[in-house]
Amino acid sequence: MFNIIKLATRNLQRYKRRTFLTSMLITLGVVAVLLFISVSGSFKAMMIGQITDSMLGHMQIHKKGYLASVDSLPLNRNLNAKQINKVKEILGAEESIEAYSMRIKLGAMFSNFTETTNIRLNAVLPKEELGAAPLLTDRIIDGEKEGLIEKGEILVPELIAKGMKVNVGDTIVLVANNKDGSVNGQTFIVRGILEGISGPGGRDGMIHLDDAKSLLRMDEPEISEIAIRLKNIDQLPAVFAKMKTELESLKNKDDKPIFEVHTWEKISPFFNIAKMIDLMTLFIKIMLVAIVLVSIMNVMIMAVYERINEIGTISAIGTSPGKILGLFIIEGFLLGVLGTFIGVAISLISITAMNASQISFDFGRQTGLMLSPTISAGEVITVALIVIGISVAASLQPAYKASKMDPITALRHV
Amino acid sequence: MSVIEARQLEKTYVAGDITVNAIRKVDFTIEPASFVSFIGPSGSGKSTLLNMIGALDPPTSGTLNVVGQEITTLNRKDAATFRGDNIGFVFQDFNLIPVLTVFENVEYPLLMVQNWPKEKRRTRVLDMLEAVGMADQANKYPSQISGGQKQRVAVARALVTNAKLVLADEPTANLDRETANKIITLMKRMRDEFKTTFIFSTHDPKIVQNVETTFTLEDGKIITSNNNAGGSHV
Ligand SMILES: Nc1ncnc2c1ncn2[C@@H]1O[C@H](COP(=O)(O)OP(=O)(O)OP(=O)(O)O)[C@@H](O)[C@H]1O
Ligand SMILES: [Mg+2]
Repeated sequence: MFNIIKLATRNLQRYKRRTFLTSMLITLGVVAVLLFISVSGSFKAMMIGQITDSMLGHMQIHKKGYLASVDSLPLNRNLNAKQINKVKEILGAEESIEAYSMRIKLGAMFSNFTETTNIRLNAVLPKEELGAAPLLTDRIIDGEKEGLIEKGEILVPELIAKGMKVNVGDTIVLVANNKDGSVNGQTFIVRGILEGISGPGGRDGMIHLDDAKSLLRMDEPEISEIAIRLKNIDQLPAVFAKMKTELESLKNKDDKPIFEVHTWEKISPFFNIAKMIDLMTLFIKIMLVAIVLVSIMNVMIMAVYERINEIGTISAIGTSPGKILGLFIIEGFLLGVLGTFIGVAISLISITAMNASQISFDFGRQTGLMLSPTISAGEVITVALIVIGISVAASLQPAYKASKMDPITALRHV
Repeated sequence: MSVIEARQLEKTYVAGDITVNAIRKVDFTIEPASFVSFIGPSGSGKSTLLNMIGALDPPTSGTLNVVGQEITTLNRKDAATFRGDNIGFVFQDFNLIPVLTVFENVEYPLLMVQNWPKEKRRTRVLDMLEAVGMADQANKYPSQISGGQKQRVAVARALVTNAKLVLADEPTANLDRETANKIITLMKRMRDEFKTTFIFSTHDPKIVQNVETTFTLEDGKIITSNNNAGGSHV
């Protein structure tokens, strides 16, 4: 075996330029794939983290039909006390859930005493909300972050704060219609300014849950949305499936489901971008496979053709067909290994360099997001194995042809 | 026992409508440690005959016993094993492996065909290079030595496995007369030293003056057999 490797190495060294060019082509492909995976992967992970950790949570529960009409923030599609208790019971029994937050979503008129505008609000209990969306405080760009919100306070979305010229400490009035159409007003102190992010609910303001209750004159507890955070996002598909069957099997008098459960993927349009990234990764991988296949096959077909006479010689002096096969397969394998090795090295150096140079980018209205590309050992090994595997596969046909060559015909070849 | 015994050996090539009777029912035997040449004009069947003896080309009919084994029925893989175990080849174009040094070329059959252990291999290769007078060139590549030197290396490679039979199809065709004579002399000396049977072909009658047994081929038949020393006959 070692001898075959030695001979294959010598043969690769014989055509240095060709070996160099072919392995560089493979290197280029490997670098492209690994860098794409690492940059897009970190972009994806960061965006998903942003969206889930500072707003949506991993999963949400609503009354059936709520999400379809979420734009009008319908108060008549809230969950009632009995339903809330049922959900609490189910969520409490689920080990993998880290926290959940009960929210009332409402629309109101926002007045700074000279002008009025519409505002969409999430009313929350600060402890619960920080459990379900721990990065929410990062979005408070002005004002006290600690504790999120207290009764009588409001977090104003950035755009409204600018448009209405309100600052931290100002007093404003919220006027809201309740379910029955009666109007109520309440004053709030601006506690902070909330940075807008892309996606649904990304430009909503925030008040305390109790204030929403009094503003909307609710006698009974009501909840529009329950945002859930899991201990580990990787468990999402399993937990989601379980919650879905448990909650959606609960029916009302008319035998219709009471609840609906969605993952963040269903709620945020970013999921489609993430899916697109995955698809592009797949295409780039397919291109890599094609590059490796064509370049190795081309080189190996040429190598066999150029060495017909030599194949005849070694075959005549007794080299078994199996060894001749092995010789050419190992040659293709080594070419693949060489290209992969250099490619992985360049990729890892580039990824380290990118992290060191602190590249930032903008996404939607968010600016200055830091790109911190990483790549898992698993991804590197997968790509390396694919490339090396394809190199061997591409050498099979030429090597087989060499091993089947008739020594006399081969020796006569000029 | 004869090293080669051919009975009613026949080779016919069929290419489309044309059939060529390259060898027409020949009978001959060759005794161990003899030094034999096949001579004849171009197309007379020398290469065809040597290829059959070397288990490279199966006969169309007849029997062919080489070093005690009937080789007419060997499959590809067994034929390769048979060649590796019993036969050394010397080619017209030397056919050394260009990426291997002189030493490595001679080592090749021990390493890739017969699996000799490293130390034994080294001693054997150096002995053979010594025998053909190429020991001082061991680390050169084939491109760095002359044609005559290449053929010496090829003779060493053919003998290194203790082959019982060395086949050389026109081993001197690419050499000048003086060098050619030296190679023939070398092969004869190797025969004396290692008791290996040497069979070679040539179309140059001047080369065969000091060969013991000469078969003359014409149109696929052995027309004369000239025996200077005894041992082989038609
Ligand atoms: N593969 C083949 N297919 C068809 N005909 C062949 C084949 N090999 C040899 N022949 C024919 O068989 C005959 C003998 O050829 P062979 O090569 O044995 O002659 P030779 O004596 O070695 O000639 P030379 O001195 O030119 O090498 C020739 O007529 C040749 O054309
Ligand atoms: Mg010939």
